[in-house]
Amino acid sequence: MSHITIDAAGVHYTPLNKQIRQAVRDGVSEITLQNIMGQRFIADGLTGKVKIVIHGVPGGDLGMFMKGPTIEVLGNADHAPGNTMDEGTIIIHGASGDATGHSMRGGKIFVRDDIGYRGGIHMKQFQGKRPVLVIGGTAKAFLGEYMAGGLVIMFRMQDEASYAEMGLASGIHGGEIFIRGTVEDWTLGIGSTATTATKEEIEKIQPYINEFSEYYGIDSQKLLNSSYTRITPVSNRPFAGKYTWE
Amino acid sequence: MERPCDYRSHPVWTTPIKENIFKQAESGKILFGGMGNAAQYPILFDHLVLDACQVTNPSIDPLREPMELRTYIGKKPKQLEFTQGANNDTSLVTKLTPNLQLETPIMIGHMSYGAISLNAHKAMAKAVSEVGTFMGTGEGGLHEALYPYQNNMIVQVASGRFGEDVNYLERGAAIEIKIGQGAKPGIGGHLPGEKVCFDVSCTRMIPEGSDAISPAPHHDIYSIEDLKQLVLSLKEATEWKKPVFVKIAAVHNVAAIAAGIARSGADAVVIDGFRGGTGASPLVFRDHVGIPIEAAVAAVDTKLRKQGIRNEVSIIASGGIRQSADIAKTICLGADAVYIGTAALIAMGCRVCGTCYRGLCTWGIATQRPDLVARLNPDEAAANVKNLLDAWTLELAELMGAAGINSIESLRGNRDRLRGYMLDQTLLDVLDVKSIGA
Repeated sequence: MSHITIDAAGVHYTPLNKQIRQAVRDGVSEITLQNIMGQRFIADGLTGKVKIVIHGVPGGDLGMFMKGPTIEVLGNADHAPGNTMDEGTIIIHGASGDATGHSMRGGKIFVRDDIGYRGGIHMKQFQGKRPVLVIGGTAKAFLGEYMAGGLVIMFRMQDEASYAEMGLASGIHGGEIFIRGTVEDWTLGIGSTATTATKEEIEKIQPYINEFSEYYGIDSQKLLNSSYTRITPVSNRPFAGKYTWE
Repeated sequence: MERPCDYRSHPVWTTPIKENIFKQAESGKILFGGMGNAAQYPILFDHLVLDACQVTNPSIDPLREPMELRTYIGKKPKQLEFTQGANNDTSLVTKLTPNLQLETPIMIGHMSYGAISLNAHKAMAKAVSEVGTFMGTGEGGLHEALYPYQNNMIVQVASGRFGEDVNYLERGAAIEIKIGQGAKPGIGGHLPGEKVCFDVSCTRMIPEGSDAISPAPHHDIYSIEDLKQLVLSLKEATEWKKPVFVKIAAVHNVAAIAAGIARSGADAVVIDGFRGGTGASPLVFRDHVGIPIEAAVAAVDTKLRKQGIRNEVSIIASGGIRQSADIAKTICLGADAVYIGTAALIAMGCRVCGTCYRGLCTWGIATQRPDLVARLNPDEAAANVKNLLDAWTLELAELMGAAGINSIESLRGNRDRLRGYMLDQTLLDVLDVKSIGA
């Protein structure tokens, strides 16, 4: 178990990632990044079991294509953290931008506060790999659009009114979304359907509720005792009926 | 041939037009079809003729003289800097970016595993490896059976992000971001659930029987700046060891878009003309959206040269390349290399029936049904594809020799070696070629 600190003040992302990769090759198990200020692509394509703690605000595509590491951001994150990520965990102690978890194929992302538009868009799953996006706050429009698999859980901790953002899960053809409380009917995008989550269904997301609460030091009871709306696809072939052949 | 009991033929209300109306009146749905553009547009290649030497500037005999067809795809430095050492040794100071080395300017374009069979992929992969050129994976991941050929594979990153992980990116010789396709510009694609069998589902990393939907846009690209971000993210993920291409459909303002791509950090721009093939596309797009590759390549090459950034990207042209003459003409119009698609399938037996979407390809090409796939012998098909690539390469060398050119570099963008045959002045201006006789 070894730990290093890298001062990223004024360091471009390529030399920064080079240092991170080298540290991982050297067997470092924890890396602290100080003075991060908008560097993109941190841990892009990084493979390994390392833990990275980020002080500051990372730029777009944090942990893109990442396979294995755990990243903890002590601040907000820009757009598309976890873009096409494969394995590992990203924990954001703040908010994140648009397309959070875009095309995630595996691993977990936890965001304490709000996320932008198109969160969890085109997440997918395959056999043992099932990506999970957990949002403490709320999400802008088109949450879970084109979802092909995976799990999105949204707590809307600061909000008790019905969720009211357009295009929710439009084009969804796999996976499921849990939203604490209710959602306005009109928010549901094409191809999606909503039901009140059953006790058994909520039990299945309980481990993620506990994990979320642990990361952010929150009492999980309120979340465990809440009611949830579960959004799922009407079909895994949403466009099958749209075409006829020449 | 019209038979006595046939309905009267009509020049406007042709049989295909009527049949399409019948189908849509019955179904109320969007019409889909396979293969490329089937509408009767004039083919510009057939209105362009190549040059040959007579008396002055004698032709070169490729049997006797070496003909340089080797092509490098990727960024070229604007200028080179050297240092001179003590013993008059010179060494290069300029840092070169990774390029792909092709032994012939002909590659095979992206047709995904899923759209076509594994045997078809194996055959083409073997052929390009033997010839010393490259093929695209399409957006379907890279099957393990193709790992032995990975040094000759270009892996594709498209909007569905299927089968894409670090392993996939690292195995490819280059990475291609697919923005658009000539057969369906502006829209996404989807592989019908029927074609997502167990093996296809493993390679794409999606559940079996589920539609594989590629959305119209990449959801992290809404501008040239965003595209730049994706280009850079792929380079960063693979530690700047691989060229990154960007493929677009040839549309009206293709030249301006390509100029943006040249500034995005990409190493090559792939332009797919409106005759590009497809496994399935809405007819209304396949036959009516986009422009031909001939005009698109000329416009892009001209624009990049005018802006002084032609060295920033290579130009790869595709969409309706039928014969070696089309390749020579495309290179004269400004392309560095071409992708062929349908031609490679025809070399393996395809009869262009245009029903690839049915998954019942008799030739074992556009199908996943094991009994049909087994009909395609990958070794025999590889030999046929290799023969085609070899034959066209020989013909290119002959054409170059006849034109007194011994290097493909001297053919590229050499519009003076083309003449337009019955093209109007506007088109001649776009192509920047003179009329026959001029």
